[in-house]
Order: sequence, then C-alpha cells, then structure tokens
Amino acid sequence: MDACPHYPIRLHINGEERAFAVESWVTLLDLLRERAGLMGTKKGCDHGQCGACTVLLDGRRINACLTLAVMQNGHAVTTIEGLADGDRLHPLQQAFIDHDAFQCGYCTPGQICSAAGLAAEGQAKTLDDVRELMSGNLCRCGAYLQIARAVCAVQGIAIPGPESA
Amino acid sequence: MNPFAYTQPQDVGTALVALAAPGARAVAGGTNLLDLMKAGVMAPSGLVDINALAGAGLDAIAEDGAGMRLGALARNADTAYHPLVRERYPLLSVAILAGASPQLRNMATNGGNLLQRTRCVYFYDTGAPCNKREPGTGCPAKAGINRQLAILGTSERCIATHPSDMCVALRALDATVHVRAANGERAIPIADFHRLPGDTPDIDNTLEPGELVTHITLPDGRRFARHSAYVKVRDRLSYAFALVSVAAALDLAEDGTIRAARIALGGVAHKPWRVEDAEERLVGHRAGELAFAAAADRILHGARGRGQNDFKIPLAHNAIVQALTNAMRGGAR
Repeated sequence: MDACPHYPIRLHINGEERAFAVESWVTLLDLLRERAGLMGTKKGCDHGQCGACTVLLDGRRINACLTLAVMQNGHAVTTIEGLADGDRLHPLQQAFIDHDAFQCGYCTPGQICSAAGLAAEGQAKTLDDVRELMSGNLCRCGAYLQIARAVCAVQGIAIPGPESA
Repeated sequence: MNPFAYTQPQDVGTALVALAAPGARAVAGGTNLLDLMKAGVMAPSGLVDINALAGAGLDAIAEDGAGMRLGALARNADTAYHPLVRERYPLLSVAILAGASPQLRNMATNGGNLLQRTRCVYFYDTGAPCNKREPGTGCPAKAGINRQLAILGTSERCIATHPSDMCVALRALDATVHVRAANGERAIPIADFHRLPGDTPDIDNTLEPGELVTHITLPDGRRFARHSAYVKVRDRLSYAFALVSVAAALDLAEDGTIRAARIALGGVAHKPWRVEDAEERLVGHRAGELAFAAAADRILHGARGRGQNDFKIPLAHNAIVQALTNAMRGGAR
C-alpha cells in the first residue's frame, strides 16, 4: 500500500467550491484550519467534548474534530467566517456583542455556529431549552448567562425576570 | 491516528465485501470510532464509510405496522425528534436527547450508538493495562478509578459499563437489532445484542466480524406511551455520561393497578440491565412507592461496588423508584 495516499475531495466552504487532496486521517477541523486557511474554527479538546470546533455541515451543527474531511466530499460547510453578510454581522454575532457574551473569545466561533444550528433546528422555546441545547459548547470563562441571553434575544425567547427566576 | 485506507461503497453488497476484509471497520457518524483512533485505542487498517448507503434506505425511519423501523444510518437527532417516535416511543426520544450534545446527536447514528464502547479511563489510556483493550493484561479499574463503573454483571476481568442512553430505552422497549452479512441476515433481540464481560471483555456484543447493522425494529409500544420516563443521574445537568440511568414504562389500569412494567438501567453494567422477574412481580399491584421499592430491591440483588462506585447502589435504588414514579405520573410526555 502507498504509505499515505491522497484522496481528492471538493467541499463547498462558505459558498465557495474548493478542491483539496487529503490523507484519509485528516479531520474536517484540521483541513479548515491548516489547508483552507480558515482559523476561525477553533481546536479546543479535539475529542468532541468542548464544542469549540462547531461548524455547520449542510446547515446542521457538528463537531468538525470528529469527522474526516474525506467523508464530507461534496458537502457544504459553513464556518464562523461565512456567517456575516459582507460587513454586516450575522444577528447572532451582533447579539453576542450586545450581550457581552464572551470574555477570552476562544469558544465564541463554536458558540455562534452552534446557536445558528440551534435556530435552524427550531426545538428551543424557553431559556431552559436554550441552556440545554447549547450544552455542547463549553465556555471556561463562564459567560454562559450572557451567551444564553444573546441566543434568546435572536430567537425571540423571553428571559424570565428576577422575580420569577 | 494510524494510517488507514478509506473506501466509500455505494451499495450494501459492496460494503459487505469491504467489511469482510481483516482490520476493516464501518464508519458512519464517526463520533466514537474516530475519537478512539485518535487515542490509539483502535487502529483499523481500513475504514468503510457507509454513509452512501443512506440512498439504499438505511437512514429511513418508518412505521412498521403498529411498531417502527429505525434505520441504522438515521441520525440520533432525527430519530429523537421524529414525530412518530415522539408519539409512539416518547421514552426513546427523551433517552436519546439525554445523551451527548446536539452536535454529536446530529452526527451519531442509531447503528453507531449500539456499538459505542465504554468510557472507562483505563480503556482509553493506552499506557495502562486493560483486558478490554488488550486481553490478559489485567483490570486496574477494580481497585482504581471506578466511580463511573459497573455494579452488576461484572467479572474479575472487567467492570466497564456500556455508555449509551438510547440502548437503555431500546432494552425497555424490547427492540430487535437487524444485521446483514455477505451470507445472509439475522435478527438479534436487544437483550442478546450486548453481552456481559465474563472472560472475554474485549468482545462488547454479539455482532460477528463482517456483519453490518441495517436497522432496529420496535414492537407495538402504545400501551406504555402514556406512562414512561427516563431518569438520568450525572455529575452535571447536561452533556455527561450517566452515573445511573433508568428507563421505566408502565401499563396502568384505570384504578392504578399495574398491568405491565418495563425497567432498564444504564450506567450500572456492561449492557443495559433488566430483571424481568422484578417486572412480573409488579403486575397486579397498585402503582406506588411500596411496589416500586420492592422492584428496585429485586433489580439490584447481587449489586457490588468496588469502592468509589459503592454509592451507585443506593443511587440506583432511588433512581428506579423516581423513574417509576415519574412514569406513573405521565413522565416522558
């Protein structure tokens, strides 16, 4: 066997079709960061435990660290770089700024992509739903409260006041 | 990750030929297998990407008479949120949603969930002995870090647990796993799919080399749909493996008399744990804490802790009573 054969693949990344030749073991995360030049998607744990690498695959949120690039041949990937419309921020990006939903920012691209996936899934109706359905994204600075508020704001979900909390 | 050959067969026949090769493993969602490969715990020489078989209907979720058929390639999220699954098997829906994270559930498949491997820390640590990873090397977990590990059905060789939530509900609902190989098909009751460790803890289940899980069937479960519940106890509120989980389903008469009960436990054994005798003894009794506690005693008969996991015995008892109480009150709906 060839020591390391390369597999030709095509990916639609942020609306642009791109061609690569990858070894079988290259994860989608490593391809995005090291071969596509898109450093927005972060490598946290590389084991599917932190959510920093969350991207949208054909519109659904996944952990880019736990899939192989070669397995996604022909599919569409949206990363944090692909969410804004030119200089106009995606509503979730603006909401994260408005609600101070980050400190160090390392988990933020994954949080925002995850929230975009949550919106597309349409299952979150309450603040508690948002907290549960954002639980695949860890924030070690502990900005969870603000993150949940930012997501709720974009989803039109009312935040219970302190008297009912 | 070790170097490996990658193929993506376009039909089931080609996939079965590829899977018959020594060292070949099927990959679909990849959420557990790729992680194990990164850790060096598994090192297949070839990965057979079976995702293209979705075109052959392996991802279908469909009505099957009064029951349902769940494709092996259907994603966990699509299964849990399927309207008919929610209507007929709310227990399965809530159990799946209690596991992993939304991202993982979007990738993980029903077939892959069945084949998940233990999260025992010694299994993952290639620097440590582990009879499951390397038969004959020993089990440091018995006198080591065993807080997450099994209290029932263990052997001197292994005290690992099966990590799935979905499988606990499937066990309570009497699912059947359908598999195919080059030389034919067979149907395996979920009770016989996963196995106890015994002297061969390296073997998780009864799937033979070269066999491919094609789908899961569920019998008519409507009698339990109104009274079922899944209780999962874990170290944080979400996105953690179960210390103990309980899938409970009751068929109750108008006056609260138990006509039938199903109780399966996760996080306590090498397979979803169920004691049918305890369920049969509930029949004819009035649903309530007294009957539920007696069932819990019977289910946990012979449970043994190894130190750090001793607390799981009373925890499991309480979780069984809680799950049955929730089911009685209309839990999963």
